[in-house]
Amino acid sequence: MLGEQIIKGMAVTARNFFGSYVSKDRLTTVQYPEEHLAQKENTRQFPFLVYDGDDWEKGLRCVACQICEKECPPKCIYIVKSKDKKPDYKGQPQIYPLTFDIDISVCMSCQICVEVCPFESIKMDTKFELSTADRFGGLLLTKDKLAKPNSYYQEMHPHDAAESDAVIAAEKAKAEAKAKAAAEAKVKAEAEAKAKAAAAAAAVPIAAQAPTTPPPTAK
Amino acid sequence: MFDKLDQIFVTALHWLVSYVPEMLRPVVSAMICIAFVMSVFPGVFALTTVLERKILGRIQNRYGPNRVGIPFTKIRLCGFGQFIPDGIKSLTKEDIVPRAADKVVHFLAPVVMLIPVLLAYAVLPFGKNMTITDYDSGLLFFFAVGGAVEVSVFMAGWSSRNKYSLLGAMRAIAQMVSYEIPLILSAVTVVMVVGSLNLSEIVRHQNHYTFGVAHWHVFTPWGLVGFVLFFIASLAESNRTPFDLPEAESEIIAGYFTEYSGFKFALFFLGEYLGMFAIIGLGITLFLGGWTSPVSFLTWIPSYVWFLSKLMAIVFVFIWIRGTLPRLRMDQLMNFAWKFMLPLALINILVAGIWHYMAADWQRWLVCSAIIFGAYAILGRGLMQNQNFGKRIYRYAE
Repeated sequence: MLGEQIIKGMAVTARNFFGSYVSKDRLTTVQYPEEHLAQKENTRQFPFLVYDGDDWEKGLRCVACQICEKECPPKCIYIVKSKDKKPDYKGQPQIYPLTFDIDISVCMSCQICVEVCPFESIKMDTKFELSTADRFGGLLLTKDKLAKPNSYYQEMHPHDAAESDAVIAAEKAKAEAKAKAAAEAKVKAEAEAKAKAAAAAAAVPIAAQAPTTPPPTAK
Repeated sequence: MFDKLDQIFVTALHWLVSYVPEMLRPVVSAMICIAFVMSVFPGVFALTTVLERKILGRIQNRYGPNRVGIPFTKIRLCGFGQFIPDGIKSLTKEDIVPRAADKVVHFLAPVVMLIPVLLAYAVLPFGKNMTITDYDSGLLFFFAVGGAVEVSVFMAGWSSRNKYSLLGAMRAIAQMVSYEIPLILSAVTVVMVVGSLNLSEIVRHQNHYTFGVAHWHVFTPWGLVGFVLFFIASLAESNRTPFDLPEAESEIIAGYFTEYSGFKFALFFLGEYLGMFAIIGLGITLFLGGWTSPVSFLTWIPSYVWFLSKLMAIVFVFIWIRGTLPRLRMDQLMNFAWKFMLPLALINILVAGIWHYMAADWQRWLVCSAIIFGAYAILGRGLMQNQNFGKRIYRYAE
C-alpha cells in the first residue's frame, strides 16, 4: 500500500529522535571544548624537545648537532650552537643549543627531525590547540616552550617512549661499561705500572746490591 | 477566571482602544492587531529556526545548537538564544545586487513575498473572538492572497538573471500551481459541510462535544482524507521537504533566492516561514478545530494556547518529515499531484456530499470509509505501477 514505507521511515527517525534523549550512547558527537575524544597512540602534531630530570636547561638532550635543521624539508628549525660545553646525561661534555626555534606555521609535521635525531631529543607532540592572536610570534616556538620532560613523553606515547628510554639506557650502559672498562684498564695499567715499578724497584736493589755485596769468599 | 485569561488580549485591546477618540478607533485597533501579528509570528519563526536545527540534529543523533543563550551571561537555555546571533548576522551582511539584475523587481520581490503572507493572517482565528477581520469570505480571501506569493517567487527568479534562480522559480511555479488545486479542493469539503466561508464560523461548527470528544472535522472520514491532502499540499506550498525542489540546495543552490543576501534573504526566509505558519493555521482552523480543545474537560485552557500548541505540533511534524524523506524528482512531484492527490480530492468532495446527505448513524461511516479506502488503494496502486523500487540496475556502467 502507498505510504507504508514512509511510515516505516518516520518510525526510524522518531526512534532516533527520542532515543538520543534517553541513551547517551546514541549521540556520536562530542561537546568539544569541554570534552575531548581520546587520541590515537600515533597521533602527532608538532615536535618538542625532551629533557631529563627537573631542570629543563640542564637536562635538555639536544646537543645542537643540527642534523634536524639540515633535514627539515620546509626549513622550520633554527639552531644556534653554544660556544661552551655542558655535561650531558652521560656526563660527557657536549655543545648545547643557545637558540632552538621551530616555526609551527611552517612545520608540516613530517616527523623527519624525529627520525634523524641520533640523541632521542626531539619527539612529536600531540597538542593541537595552538591558536593564537599573534600569527608570527605566537607560532614561533622557542627553546623554553619546546622543552618538555621525559615523563610527559612517557605519558603521551608510552610505547615509543619505552623504546627511546631503552636506547638511552643502552647508550648509558655502554658508556658506563666503557668508562668502567677504561677505569679498570686504568687501574690495571696502574697496577701493572705499579707492579712493574715495584719489580723494577725490586730488581734495582738486587742489581745495586750485587756490587756492594761483598763476595762471601773474599775474606 | 479562566474565561478572563482566555479573553485577556481582547479585553486589553478594548481597553487600549477606549483611550483614543471615536473616529480613530478602527485605525488604532487595526494597528494594534498588526503589531500583535508582527511581533508574535516572527517570534515563533525565530523559535522554529532553532527548534528545526535541534530536532534535525536529534533525528541524526547529534545535539544541534546548544551553546548560545542569553548574551553576556553563562545561561545557555539549551541553545535557544541562537536566533539572536543568526538575526544579527543576516541583517548586517552585505546586500549584493547582481549587475545584470533588474534592480527594481529584484528589490521588490521579497517585499511582495511578505505582504500577502502577512495579509493572510488577517482572517485566521487565533483564539476565541481573536480574529482580526471577521470576514464572511475569509477562506476565499486566504487563498486569493496566498496566490500572490507565486508572483513574488517568479519576480525573484526572473529579475536575478541567474539560471539557478530562473530554474528555481519555474519549479516553484509548476509546483505551487499544481498543489494549489488539491489544497483548495480539500478545503472545499469543509465549506460544503459547514456551509460558510467564514473561518470563525468553521471553528464554531467544530466547537461542540459528544461524549467529551470534539466534533473536529478530522474525526470524520472525509475530514481525515481532507486533512491529509491539505497537509501534503501545504508541505508543497511552503516548499518544504520532500517538496523542496524550488530551493533544492544540492541541485540549484537556493533556487529563486540564490542571488539574495543579507536583509533581503532574511525577508525571504521570514516570508517562507510565515507562509508556512499561515497555511498550518488554516489547516488547523479547517480540520483540527481551530482554537478549540479536543476534549471537553480541557476547555479551560486558553484558546490561543490551543491554537499555538497545535501550530507547534504540526511544525514538529513538518520538521520530522524533513528529517525523514528525501527530495522528490520533478516528474514524481507532478505525478503525485495530478494522478493521486487531485482524483482523491475530487472523490473526497463526493464523499463529503454523501456524508452530508446520509442519516447520521454508523452506515454513513461505513459507506464513506469504504469509498475512501477503495479510492486510496486503487490510486495508490496506480501511482506505484511501473516503478522499480528494488535495487537499481545499471545497464551501461559496470
